[in-house]
Amino acid sequence: MTTTADRPEVLAPEAPGGPGHHAPEGDHAHEIHEHHGPTGILKWLTSTDHKVIGQSYMITALVVFFISGFMALLIRTQLMSPNGSLLSPQVYNELFTMHGSVMLYLFAGPFAFGGLANYIVPLQIGAPDMAFPRLNALSYWLFLGGSITMLSGFFVSGGAASFAWVAYAPLSNATNSPGAGADLWLMSLGLTGFSAIFTAVNLIATIFYLRAPGMTMFRMPIFTWNMLVTGILILIAFPVLFSAVVMLFCDRHFGTHIFTVQGGGVPVLWQHLFWFFGHPEVYILALPYFGVVTEIIPVFSRKPLFGYRGMVVATMSIAALSTGVWAHHMFTTGVVLLPFFSLLSLLIAVPTGIKFFNWIGTMWRGQIAFRVPMLFSVGFLFAFLMGGVTGVLLASPPVDFQTHDTYFVVAHFHQVLIGTTVFAGFAGFYYWYPKMYGRMLRESLGKLHFWLLFIGFWLAFIPQYLLGLDGMPRRIVNYPQSPSWQTLNIVSTVGAYIIGFSFLFFFINLFVSWQKPVRAGANPWDGHALEWFTSSPPPHHNYTHLPLIRSERPTWDYNHPEHRTIVHAPRGSGAGRDRELEGANR
Amino acid sequence: MLAGCNWYPTYGASRGSTAQGSDTFKLYSGMMTAGIVVGGIVAALIIWSVFRYRRRSEEIPHQFHENLAIEAVYTLVPILIVLAIFAFTVITENKVMATQPATATVTSTGTPVVDITVTAFQWGWRFDYPNLNVDVTGELTNGPDNHGPQMVVPVGQTVQITLVSADVIHGFYVRDFNFSRYAQPGVVNVFDLNVLHQGTYDGQCTQYCGLYHSQMLFSVRAVTPSDFRAWAASEVAAGHTIPRPSPIGAQGTAPAGTHITPSNALPSTSTATAKAAA
Repeated sequence: MTTTADRPEVLAPEAPGGPGHHAPEGDHAHEIHEHHGPTGILKWLTSTDHKVIGQSYMITALVVFFISGFMALLIRTQLMSPNGSLLSPQVYNELFTMHGSVMLYLFAGPFAFGGLANYIVPLQIGAPDMAFPRLNALSYWLFLGGSITMLSGFFVSGGAASFAWVAYAPLSNATNSPGAGADLWLMSLGLTGFSAIFTAVNLIATIFYLRAPGMTMFRMPIFTWNMLVTGILILIAFPVLFSAVVMLFCDRHFGTHIFTVQGGGVPVLWQHLFWFFGHPEVYILALPYFGVVTEIIPVFSRKPLFGYRGMVVATMSIAALSTGVWAHHMFTTGVVLLPFFSLLSLLIAVPTGIKFFNWIGTMWRGQIAFRVPMLFSVGFLFAFLMGGVTGVLLASPPVDFQTHDTYFVVAHFHQVLIGTTVFAGFAGFYYWYPKMYGRMLRESLGKLHFWLLFIGFWLAFIPQYLLGLDGMPRRIVNYPQSPSWQTLNIVSTVGAYIIGFSFLFFFINLFVSWQKPVRAGANPWDGHALEWFTSSPPPHHNYTHLPLIRSERPTWDYNHPEHRTIVHAPRGSGAGRDRELEGANR
Repeated sequence: MLAGCNWYPTYGASRGSTAQGSDTFKLYSGMMTAGIVVGGIVAALIIWSVFRYRRRSEEIPHQFHENLAIEAVYTLVPILIVLAIFAFTVITENKVMATQPATATVTSTGTPVVDITVTAFQWGWRFDYPNLNVDVTGELTNGPDNHGPQMVVPVGQTVQITLVSADVIHGFYVRDFNFSRYAQPGVVNVFDLNVLHQGTYDGQCTQYCGLYHSQMLFSVRAVTPSDFRAWAASEVAAGHTIPRPSPIGAQGTAPAGTHITPSNALPSTSTATAKAAA
């Protein structure tokens, strides 16, 4: 990208740490703006730079993702025959507990709000760093500590926690789940929970207080909007989880009886507390990834997002509704008000539908380039569509009675979660990798990764719907002799292996990019949002100069002045000054 | 009853061998059809966009970014669909959740209500027929021949299940009944089953309950009312009566039933007993 004098720019805001050194010109700004910090391992250990912390988050989350994925392959291998003997019941129970826990607590959330958001949100709003850089570092170290704590359960006597990722009382009490693995699991939730809370505080403060001049709320990219709403949801949900964890810990060690009938406690209270966290958590996991595809689809369609305001309202509606649907996980307990939770759960389909139509409207009459991030985003659309439709069925209590705790549910939430965290997550990774490392990933290897993943995904999970409808419960190490169940399980396992195999090409891609770098430049995709305006990777405090921000896609407006976004200037936003500037430019 | 809904596509599910399960099936089938139609339309729009608007030139397309009329339509139409689904859901839910009151008599229901107290425990099932003084208990038996204990029920009569747990949470689930319910400590769940056809139906614990969760099998055998009475008499003759020592200790003491078959007088102490048991 070239910086030309006839386009309006403003100076970047200064970093909270001290005055920045502003360079007048674009690409080589980071060389002028020298930052004498430590390098290598010392940089990783001491940095408070959101870009370093974001990368640490992402790498850690990806490491635990692959560990947990390996557990999934062991589980699938076990299920290839009705009386598989690869794993003992105890080991199997530990594996599905840890697979779910690692994926949900340590990968899906932290990869998005600790990794992608940490790196991207300050860039998208033109901030030099997060609002509280040291708190940000603390978040990461809590997360890393929590991750190690949880996984260390495998190395204690008695093994890792084996009460499933939901830890229902009273199975999770000291009588039914003795051993240090369960305690490590609880402590890990405490550590990573606070990590999430601190990151949420940081993101919210950053978005509210560190936006660049001109970056009004309704000019923020949807990814940033979604991270703001996610942050608020984290503040609603995670403290409840933490309280529940503390209560359970007291039950286990200090003789309280909060969740045990014998002492006058109420086991079902755990489910209420857990799912009051757990269902917002589903959207804490999903919203950031909705944000990712909402960034990618417009860029590769060469159009502005269709229905920007509708998208913001839809995200807020999903968040609001998600705090009132927790008991749809508890329909079969027989102790919840079915119509209320059913109606609210069904209503979530409305804003979700709006999102779908907005994504389609964005592609409509566009010029869609099927680069790797776009392919993954379209893969997300199909995966999430299937997961969403089956989710509507599960929101209806009678159908939930029919399918609850069967493989139908397993297939449903894997389609939702892999659709979001893997398809959309890797879409984001492929999309922002050039920004983070200044080099491109290879298209052909990325496409191979996508197609194998896409094929494996359907092979793995369509049979699981059928298994569930045929009555196969979840979380069982062996199943009754049945030729049709075995066939479907084998197909599912083959699909899982293909998914696992697809990541080989991801690693090859990283290796090739490391060995034979292809320079990315500041803006390889003709991007829309602000992050594509600065160099790749960005300089120490992100920006030395900024374009005029007069829509949600300032970089596009800057590069395509003849096709800039139509601006409906709100009153008092300095629109008059804009017109003067624009007039001067013509 | 089933004959009327044979044209509903199953999409891999059971048509339901109970009156309740059959109602659930119809709702499921209808929602699945609606889901395929709506999902199909959305998928078709995605596929159309993806193929029709592939990048063919470097020309920058028209930069439109909203259309309030269309946005209003795709907000309102889903709301209407959701409300319709909700209406059908509530109607079916009320049928499935309906239970004969504790005061029900042969005169009021037309048939006797058979009470069965189902106690789930790690890792097995206990079926008590308090009015018939019959007890069937099955404990964990490892191996491929394990089918668990069998619950025998009459077809064409209301079977009222009182579901409790002796330890952790379990899931009572019979695939062909299209139904599952948690057995939970501290909670007494009551539901009715009206089995429509004779046969043997496999059931299994669905809520993960610890080490041998996968072995917690059981089955339900539905027989004619006369065969049911004969079976109950033979069980009593064989000594399978309720007061025998519980194989799982004091925890597993089963609560009394609510209906005295066949005369259906009430007395109900089941709630208190179940809480004590749990």
